[in-house]
Amino acid sequence: MFRILHDTKIDFIRLWKITTIVTLLFTVPGLIDIAVTGYRYSIEFTGGTLMQVVFNKPPDVGQLRSTLDAAGVKGAEIQAYGSDSEFIIRAQDPRDVAQQSRGAQSVASTITKALNSQYTPSDFKVLRTEAVGPKVGGELRQKALYAILVSFVVTLVYLAYRFEWRFGVAAVVATAHDILGTLAFIKYAHLEISLIVVGGVLTMIGYSLNDTIIIFDRVREDLHDKRKVPLYDTLNRGVNETLPRSVLTHTTTFACLVALALLGGEVIRPFTLVMMFGVVTGTFSSVYVAPVVLLWIERKWPRAVGDRSGVGARARSESPAQQKKRTVAKAETTAR
Amino acid sequence: MSNIQYRLLTIVVLIAASIWSLWPRTVSVREQVGGVFHDTSYTRVPLKRGLDLQGGIHLALEVDESKGVVANKAEAIDRALKVVRNRIDEFGVIEPVVQKVGSDRIIVELPGVKDPDRATQLVERSAFLQFQITDKTNALDKTLPRLDQILRSKGYGKAGAATPGAPATADTGGKSAISSLFTPGGDTSKAAAIAKKDTSAAKADTAADTSLLSGATGGPLSRLIQPGQMPGEYYVATSDVPAVTRYLALPEIQAALPPGKTIHWGTTSDVGDGTNVTPLYVVDSKPIITGEYLTDAKPATDPIEGNIVQFTLNSEGGRRFRQETAKHINDYMAIVLDNRVMGRPPVIQSAIGTRGQITMRGQPLQQVQDLALVLRAGALPVPLKVVESREIGASLGADSINDGIRAGLLGVALVILIMVGYYRFSGFLAVIALSLYVLFTLALLAGFDATLTLPGIAGLVLSVGIAVDANVLIFERIREELARGKTVRASIDDGFHHAMTAIIDSNVSTALTALVLFEIGTGPVKGFAVTLLAGISASMVSAIFVVRTFYLLWLSRTRGAQTLSI
Repeated sequence: MFRILHDTKIDFIRLWKITTIVTLLFTVPGLIDIAVTGYRYSIEFTGGTLMQVVFNKPPDVGQLRSTLDAAGVKGAEIQAYGSDSEFIIRAQDPRDVAQQSRGAQSVASTITKALNSQYTPSDFKVLRTEAVGPKVGGELRQKALYAILVSFVVTLVYLAYRFEWRFGVAAVVATAHDILGTLAFIKYAHLEISLIVVGGVLTMIGYSLNDTIIIFDRVREDLHDKRKVPLYDTLNRGVNETLPRSVLTHTTTFACLVALALLGGEVIRPFTLVMMFGVVTGTFSSVYVAPVVLLWIERKWPRAVGDRSGVGARARSESPAQQKKRTVAKAETTAR
Repeated sequence: MSNIQYRLLTIVVLIAASIWSLWPRTVSVREQVGGVFHDTSYTRVPLKRGLDLQGGIHLALEVDESKGVVANKAEAIDRALKVVRNRIDEFGVIEPVVQKVGSDRIIVELPGVKDPDRATQLVERSAFLQFQITDKTNALDKTLPRLDQILRSKGYGKAGAATPGAPATADTGGKSAISSLFTPGGDTSKAAAIAKKDTSAAKADTAADTSLLSGATGGPLSRLIQPGQMPGEYYVATSDVPAVTRYLALPEIQAALPPGKTIHWGTTSDVGDGTNVTPLYVVDSKPIITGEYLTDAKPATDPIEGNIVQFTLNSEGGRRFRQETAKHINDYMAIVLDNRVMGRPPVIQSAIGTRGQITMRGQPLQQVQDLALVLRAGALPVPLKVVESREIGASLGADSINDGIRAGLLGVALVILIMVGYYRFSGFLAVIALSLYVLFTLALLAGFDATLTLPGIAGLVLSVGIAVDANVLIFERIREELARGKTVRASIDDGFHHAMTAIIDSNVSTALTALVLFEIGTGPVKGFAVTLLAGISASMVSAIFVVRTFYLLWLSRTRGAQTLSI
């Protein structure tokens, strides 16, 4: 049997002061930057027009720009995409967007006309056009915000059902940490907030929560087994016991993400990047945020006398049916 | 039958059902080729590809309330949905989507369609057809002096005066109209020249009108309008159309317009010296008949008239039409489509029955075909406007599929390498389970008629990585049990048992976020959520049930096995 990181007894949590500083150094400047300069939002959220155009031979970007200016498309942004003959034209200026309230395609057809007058139609091809009216953009913004809030609440409810409150609070803090870290990461990576990025953040929340739950599951089990061990050691033991699983699962997930990042194309790259960061921060928070917060809570609100071991916690958190099942399982094991 | 046999049977049934649901099947599709409908058969895998993968057009439509408030929007949108669906069906697109989203939006998805302007035209056009008799009473001429007076009193038409009604940023068409307001002298002469040219043929008829108008020359509105050749017809230089439109839209002017009459623009035409004129028609507000009685409309080419649309009315419409036209012999009848007069109103020589035609003059054949189509499919009850449009080229979609497949293959290869490299025989079992997982997921997607999108493929690739988590949890647990000195059989049993809570937890938390995403997402992102949900259900079956069965099978084959390769 080939085993890695088997039976380790690493004192992970000892490093919590250093890791807290590291995570603060990463997250806080990013959040300040967001507060000051804000995010870039995609066409879906702001409304506007996006066109992906490929030319037969690389055009002069200056000329392209002046063509659009002359056509009256205000402040259009032109960005090379992949190669020097493929471009993304983005008309996201509020004035352009306002014009689209009459008909979403008005700006797109202006751009097409301008391109047709400047270049011969056989010299370029429009690969993709997205035109979003201001009303639709506003609605989606609300919906996305709503989605993140709802998923957070749903997660809370699930944790409240699944764990005793100390564990639940710690898991929530860990998840909040992951969200804030990811927000900072999005800013650092200069990603624009699009629906696909929001999708990435939500998937990341689920993934990182998984990780925390699996470690806490183990900790809860260990609390039941050993009675006289301090929580600090039990937490460390839980992290160590789940270490092989963590390494394996994170590796396979990361491998798939690497494959997507390398070969999956430009459209889903933002999603892939967010998820890659999500795997890292999810792993980090389930070792250095959730257990540390749990320890802090235990110190602040210790369990009642005679309940130090956490057995009471288990009993409270488990439904009678679950307890019964466990007892039966135990009986079976003994019988064997 | 033993437990193992039941389990194997279940797996075989699941595999068979999956293959059946993914088996390529023949679909018959109504398709339009060169204006004629064909039933074409395609044989393909029943997995719906999203627009981002096959190219096409996505449109979101809403009721356009800029031209007036619609009283019962919910009902109007339902009726509009039917009309749009009819039109799209006639348009001949393979597997179009026309559906209502929320209470006030219609989504139209046209796979493979390349011309967005044409598609937009087709769904946006209200196609409201009516036949109206042109005004014989010179009603507009009589009210023009009053209209001028109203405009003057509001400060229009004076040199250098502000034009409060005009928006500050007029579009390019409007600019010349505004500048013409500032230089009344030059413009009047130009308009007069046009009028002279135009009315030369019908001078005798309209001599009285001309004199009446000349008295009012210099009036802000009358200055721009010249009488035409038939009752109720007027000419406006095309450059003045925006100004006249603006004047006519003023509420005070609206109130002062002759009662029982309606004003429509005609189609612009060139008078020969490079200037365009647009006719303006004053017609009786009450139509003699509307397009609701229309049963058929088809494009045709007439040697004299050029492209035309021939239409047929139903028997009731025909009767009514005959009655009404009999009352209006020698009158001119304007054919009004979407508030615009099509061609020149013909004179009614005798009662007309069930057949008629709309002259399209220089319009290309495709536009004539499209007009015939929208007339057949019925008029929209309310004006619609496009609030969102996405158009993806087919080549981009094909590239996306290839990218997705390549990324998927690499991802799967890496996962196989890691799993077999680390868990050996057990890893191999997990890999077989993984391939079943991919099969089950695709089958679920096909079974629920879900749409595979690019983010959906990403979700599938990602979920391959996550799906092995269940097996990893189980295998690690089995290893621990083995390390405690339990027998292989007991270790496997306990491993599965202990890992179960963690597996359920992790799947539930992922499923919850996927559900939220499904609720908010549009198109591609919804596809991602669906794939994730299908993936979770499939991985529960493959990682737990299938792998467990493999172990049971292995245990029964190797009786007394002492070592498990894990």
